[in-house]
Amino acid sequence: MTDTAQTPAKTLDAQRFNELRLQGISRAYGAHTALHPLDLTVRGGEFIALLGPSGCGKTTALNSIAGLLPLTAGSIELDGRRIDTLPPEKRGFGMVFQNYALFPHLSVRRNIAFGLRMRKVSKAETERRVSAVLDLVRLNEHAHKLPGQLSGGQQQRVAIARAIVLEPPLVLMDEPLSNLDAALRLDMRAEIRRIHQEFGLTTLYVTHDQEEALSLADRLVVLNAGRVAQVGTPSELYESPRSAYVAAFMGYRNILSLRAESVDAGAATVVGDGVKFAGTVSAAVTAGASVQVAVRPEDLKIAAGEADAAFEAVAEVVEYHGREFQVDALTRAGSRVHLRTPERVAPGDRLSLTVDPRRALVFAAENAEAGGAAEDPGEAG
Amino acid sequence: MSAATVTVADAPKAALRHRLAERGVDRTLLLLLPGVIAMAALFCYPFIYGLGLSFQPAKGGVFGAYSAFFGDSFSEGTIWTTLGLAIPASLINVGLSVPISYRMRGDFRGKRLLLTLLVVPITLGTVLTAEGILEYFGPVGWFNLTLQKLGLVGAGHPITLVNDYWGVLFSLIISGFPFAFLLTHSYLSGIHPALEKAAATLGAGWWQRFRFVTFPLLLPGLLTTFCLTFVLAFSVFPSAIMVGDPDGRTHVISIEAYEQALQNFNYPQGCADAMIMTAAMLLVIGLVMGVRRFFYTGSTGGKG
Repeated sequence: MTDTAQTPAKTLDAQRFNELRLQGISRAYGAHTALHPLDLTVRGGEFIALLGPSGCGKTTALNSIAGLLPLTAGSIELDGRRIDTLPPEKRGFGMVFQNYALFPHLSVRRNIAFGLRMRKVSKAETERRVSAVLDLVRLNEHAHKLPGQLSGGQQQRVAIARAIVLEPPLVLMDEPLSNLDAALRLDMRAEIRRIHQEFGLTTLYVTHDQEEALSLADRLVVLNAGRVAQVGTPSELYESPRSAYVAAFMGYRNILSLRAESVDAGAATVVGDGVKFAGTVSAAVTAGASVQVAVRPEDLKIAAGEADAAFEAVAEVVEYHGREFQVDALTRAGSRVHLRTPERVAPGDRLSLTVDPRRALVFAAENAEAGGAAEDPGEAG
Repeated sequence: MSAATVTVADAPKAALRHRLAERGVDRTLLLLLPGVIAMAALFCYPFIYGLGLSFQPAKGGVFGAYSAFFGDSFSEGTIWTTLGLAIPASLINVGLSVPISYRMRGDFRGKRLLLTLLVVPITLGTVLTAEGILEYFGPVGWFNLTLQKLGLVGAGHPITLVNDYWGVLFSLIISGFPFAFLLTHSYLSGIHPALEKAAATLGAGWWQRFRFVTFPLLLPGLLTTFCLTFVLAFSVFPSAIMVGDPDGRTHVISIEAYEQALQNFNYPQGCADAMIMTAAMLLVIGLVMGVRRFFYTGSTGGKG
């Protein structure tokens, strides 16, 4: 695998650039703002994931960068050269579409060669580069088939090959794995990572899947209703999310609405209906304010004795997951909590739950869904 | 499913419907019977009757009517006259509908109004269209008056457009274009917009996107559209009489058949003419459909 893969990596070297600077790019449809001003600087060779639920503006951002949607405001500069005024065909970015958008009437080889043909690259050179990329995505034996004769994963690889054969400075990927089944998704994820590493392609990757984003990206941009909620490396976001919104995306499935009873230098005691425990404060929270507390399912433990219990809950749904049980339980106040435990639990069991103060993150309560907006958009760069 | 397996013991025989389905018989298709009978009575029977009649001319044996048609240069020429009208008319209709429907893919203000205006001629009868053409393109119609005012043609020497080939061609375009446009429009909207976007990100300008992506995917649809508008144009009759020159330059095959059957009361000859007309039409359609097989005709939904 490494042998065949190394050869094309030498022959195909992506055009390098130093930085792609997005300055306040935004997009509005009439009164609806799909993307609020977004600032982001992408360094050459970086893999950046735009993460957010559907409708958060991530695809809008990608299409605007590709030039498929005109910007409402802002500018895009590639190494100081302004490119947002160029039509998509002049930008030279590669794009992988969610539905692949392969040309159904052209063979795999001709699909991949399409961009080279548009650039009037010589026949021999086209032949050489297409063969190299076919090797890279391991589709040599399918080169003469039509896209309709390929499986989803193969079509996906053709789409990637078609985008990277031009050696573009930037590859844009719009949820490329969302149409694949779970096993194939894992394979292709590794494939994309491998191609990125070998090729050194700067990649902007849109996804709603946090696992995909965490495992692939060097940096993550979490979007919420068209605004940047947080930018950072996977470990920064995973370990210290700045808002309950980001926390929810990073695997903190339990978001409890409580009240801060006392706050003292990064630690807080939070209380609610039958609930009382200590947590860690990252942003400014004042005593007495209503807060949202984020806890991961695996950090919610079943207490040894009633005395240590933060709160009680009644197990409602218990799923067997092999090494552990996934339990959905209801607190006395009626809010649902999720936890994982190796102990055998039966539905209806009364559970005393406890949580490590370092593992419970306390955030100031957000007013609305869109409240997770970046308090400091300047950091987005 | 489990309920069905339980009852097998009580009811050893499956329902009649299921047993028929096993053999590929769907009883609901019986509902088509009235329609099939009507088709047989109103289309197949007259056709076969006419075919039989065409082989029973008053003189000349079994193929007498056919040899009479091809023996007379005037009647034989009607095939070429008709083709000379129908092929250019269909080509123009399809050719015009491509750029217009291509421009009308996206959403824009006034699209519905424009669509309505383009399609309205369908609702006009041939007679109304013919009358309009006579008035507008006639020797003292607006068109000629405008040309005279502009000094492009001399006063008293209007250009002849009606009662001639051009009048019929105009009429075929006016009545045939909406069909061609509607068909092309729907074929185009079946091509996933992401394909052109993908081509754009690969460096294709608008002409290249059309030339290498949209047009090849549209071509089979265009050939089908051509066939349909061709059939409409080939059977031209009223406008060939009203705005054409039915005894000369627009003496189309349907007029020939009509005159033989209902003016000369030579039914077998009229039937033979109609059969020749059908054969000529099928020949052209067969050719076009044969060509169509060489192109990609699969899904154009973007996913390949």
